[in-house]
Amino acid sequence: MKKLLSLAMALALVMSLAACGNDSSSSAQTGSNASQSTSGDGQDSSGAVTIRIGGIGPLTGSTATYGLATDYGAQIAVDEINALDGDIKLEYRFEDDTGVNETAVSAYNTLKDWEVDVIYGCTTTGPCVAVAAETFSDRYFQLTPSASSPDVTDGKDNVFQMCFTDPNQGMTAANYVKDNNLATKVGVIYNNGDSYSTGIAQGFIEQAKAVGLEVVAEETFPADTNTDFNVQLNACKDGGAELVFMPIYYGPASLVLAQADQMGYKPIFFGGDGMDGILTSIEGFDTSLAEGLMLMTPFNATATDERTVSFVEEYQAAHGELPNQFAADGYDCMYAIYEALQQIDGLADMTPAELCDALIAVFTSSDFSVDGLTGLGMTWQSNGEVSKDPMVVVIENGAYVSQ
Amino acid sequence: MNKLSFRSMKGRKALSPFLNYAIVIAAFLAVQLALKMDMVSNSMQSLLVPVCCYVVMAISLNLTVGVLGELSLGHGGFMSLGAFSGIIVSVALKNLVPLSPLRLAISLAVGALFGAAGGVIIGVPVLRLRGDYLAIVTLAFGEIIKNVMQVLYIGVDEHGLHMSTKEAGLLLSETGTAIVKGPMGAVGVTKLATFTAGFLLILLTLLIVQNLVHSRAGRAIQALRDNRIAAESVGISPTKYKLIAFVISAALAGAAGALYGLNYSSTLASKFDFNTSILILVFVVLGGLGSIRGSIVAATVLTILPELLRNFDVKEYRMLIYAVILIVVMLVTNNPTLWSWIARFQRRKAEEKGGAEQ
Repeated sequence: MKKLLSLAMALALVMSLAACGNDSSSSAQTGSNASQSTSGDGQDSSGAVTIRIGGIGPLTGSTATYGLATDYGAQIAVDEINALDGDIKLEYRFEDDTGVNETAVSAYNTLKDWEVDVIYGCTTTGPCVAVAAETFSDRYFQLTPSASSPDVTDGKDNVFQMCFTDPNQGMTAANYVKDNNLATKVGVIYNNGDSYSTGIAQGFIEQAKAVGLEVVAEETFPADTNTDFNVQLNACKDGGAELVFMPIYYGPASLVLAQADQMGYKPIFFGGDGMDGILTSIEGFDTSLAEGLMLMTPFNATATDERTVSFVEEYQAAHGELPNQFAADGYDCMYAIYEALQQIDGLADMTPAELCDALIAVFTSSDFSVDGLTGLGMTWQSNGEVSKDPMVVVIENGAYVSQ
Repeated sequence: MNKLSFRSMKGRKALSPFLNYAIVIAAFLAVQLALKMDMVSNSMQSLLVPVCCYVVMAISLNLTVGVLGELSLGHGGFMSLGAFSGIIVSVALKNLVPLSPLRLAISLAVGALFGAAGGVIIGVPVLRLRGDYLAIVTLAFGEIIKNVMQVLYIGVDEHGLHMSTKEAGLLLSETGTAIVKGPMGAVGVTKLATFTAGFLLILLTLLIVQNLVHSRAGRAIQALRDNRIAAESVGISPTKYKLIAFVISAALAGAAGALYGLNYSSTLASKFDFNTSILILVFVVLGGLGSIRGSIVAATVLTILPELLRNFDVKEYRMLIYAVILIVVMLVTNNPTLWSWIARFQRRKAEEKGGAEQ
């Protein structure tokens, strides 16, 4: 009986595998047929071309906040673009990767089955590196809102970033500290179990030494024990650091600020873009502790320009919270893709691979620039890195003030 | 552990191991046929190798948990050791061994070797402990491996392998490449893993585990599980036989890890965390402790299930639904009423048969 049962289960398994193959085989076959002529870019009756954009990012798991923000931000842009009733319509779908490489690759393949034209993502670095290798060999154009490691674009001509790379951000921070004479002795506290944090910290330390800042402490903490920072803070204090650079996420950063306050240590704290959210996203955090905190963020939700205001309003209406820079990056990604698509002729007859080459040509052309929420006149280098002005803000009276 | 039932171990007939081979081979052929006929979607194709890895992981953990009867929560640690050693070997031998199947085989062997070494290192001191204590120490071991791999930088150049805890400390020459970069993980790996390789690894795993279980050593291991004092009193050395099972289990996990690592262009140490160890334990428990066939089926179904759920428009509730299905299946398969009902049904059939013969 048991043997029968397991045999039946194994059979069911094979059937289900074959069945799910079957399921999508019809679409896959039409896909391969279609890719010879029109790919997935259907033309509806009004003559508008539909481009399918497939997003990947964590909707569940420990990094879900970021994935959800990139999804929501992009969705707002897609709705706006489709409401324009132009010649190009975007069809948008976002798949969960739970922040894991393996799942991200599966999500990407699910999008391929959906006959995606352009890949948007991934939100986090690790999965993005894994997916970028796949899109590179399959020839899909990929634009990531927030995966900031240089490994994401390294050696792949089809992958572009909307955010700064980690080492660049660290170097910019070091230059900023030097140019504005904020300090001569600096300490660094970073998470050595996290590629984002390590990448920025290494860029900062290297550049700080190069421009003549004295790095008195390089303190680390592992990814999973981040509640007590007294050791790291004391090391900075003993070294006489006037500025502590913390390229870490806002969660642990709030604890650092609270513990520094308790021990009466008051250097300038300087953070990266992961610090964005410290004022709004932590329940029970005394935001007065963050007064004077400096951070580099490409997006300021309290800015008063028209586009930011309307984006923030729409975002708040839909999700009941202030958008962070991840949402803004996602919003900008959609517009960057849309504006690039507008410059391409004969969209309707393109396969994803042809579209990929066309988009690469547009993104790397010298006269292509995008105005977005996270920067004006953004351009891209051929290695996929974005060029835009970094923005340093300081927290005064519980709000970001641009420097 | 003794309270857990070893249902499937009872009444096992000589035919049973061959049925496992038959199922695996039949599944392989069916999938190959479907691939030939272009019937398998991209998303299913991308799951073929991970499924093979998880099947091997589940069978190997079943050896520790089901057959040896010791709870191990650090199986992901062995997978991590295998993955990173396999990746390093495959990159280092790129020019020396251009033939990729051979390079894959060497990588898997080295992954198994490192897994086994980890098994010996952790097994010798730890297997003196029992039950909960062993579980906690293996849990700690998995975390140690994860944290060590997160700070380790390993690179290769013409002088050989370099290792450091800082990127600048690697001191690579111009032509050298950094293979493992601490928290950034191993990046830029050439993908070598194939479904066929995964299939062969499953067959090898079945061969090793099933022959071990049915050998003299296997009977000694099961005797230790069922009654340690009685087993010791007839002269079975607990440390020796426990170590045999534990190290074989670790070696197979290492090989599975190497296959896994070589299936992706980048691998992070944080992938092989506590959650991965627990996931594999879930495969084993759901499939039935000691039941190798159960492990194969559970690992396959539970790896494919979350991806199948994408076809329904559930978005962020996908993992919640997955968890609920898991709980329901767990409850149903461990429902004594259901099993007694099946047993009664079987008995009645046997009686009918007996009656007919008379």
